[in-house]
Amino acid sequence: METFDFIEMKFPAKAEYVGVSRLSVSGVASRMGFSYEDIEDLKIALSEAVSNVVEHAYSEDEDGDITIGFGVYENRIEIMVADHGGSFNLQEIKNDIGPYKPSEPLDSLREGGFGLFLINALMDKVEINNNYGVIVLMTKYLNESEVGFDDQFSTTQ
Amino acid sequence: MNLTIDTEQEHDRTVLFLSGELDIYTAPNLKEKLVPLVEQKDAMVEIDMDEVNYMDSTGIGVFIHALKTAKQSGSKMKLTNLQEKTMRLFEITGLDEVLDINSSIRGGN
Repeated sequence: METFDFIEMKFPAKAEYVGVSRLSVSGVASRMGFSYEDIEDLKIALSEAVSNVVEHAYSEDEDGDITIGFGVYENRIEIMVADHGGSFNLQEIKNDIGPYKPSEPLDSLREGGFGLFLINALMDKVEINNNYGVIVLMTKYLNESEVGFDDQFSTTQ
Repeated sequence: MNLTIDTEQEHDRTVLFLSGELDIYTAPNLKEKLVPLVEQKDAMVEIDMDEVNYMDSTGIGVFIHALKTAKQSGSKMKLTNLQEKTMRLFEITGLDEVLDINSSIRGGN
């Protein structure tokens, strides 16, 4: 079975701790040998997921926690973000994501909704479980270009 | 992990110099400073992003809100000196099409 190290961190679902989660993923990814650009991508993807929890999962007068976990594999990092609060409407959020299209009038331009879109754009794989609270699981591979290269040419042999 | 905002008045335009990280924690401060500026009629507001070394969708949200406000009041808003990684986010989201962004970007640190 594939072995991996697992690092877990739990902190209050407050805006001031989102930067701390970025520092932690930056440290782990840097140790794994991710490039500067990939580490930037990881910081944004994790921040988006954590910000979502801070914004949606708990009501104003309710204090809650966020748990993040890093699965450190030889060829990839898996990042888990979980809340234990009430879930937000995932379908509604999914309907509202995507890049800006020039045909959209400016007035209808949404101010939120780019978060999940960015996570999808910056990570290699994103899974969301919305059954009990929200769990986001996102994966990024080391040396993504090499993986793509192999995939591309294996079919021609 | 903070954002400092310095304001300079240059003739008919206001320049905001941002420095630090623009995220869910700091975005409300920027909104508080920026929105009243673009609410003024025919104002010119420039946002210098040279020292912004982190931005995510919460920062993007503030700029979209400010842009809408500017259109209503007849103001102009412009982003300048973006680091490459920040510019990339505007390109991925397609917002470089609607926001006035100075194209001479720099590498970042």
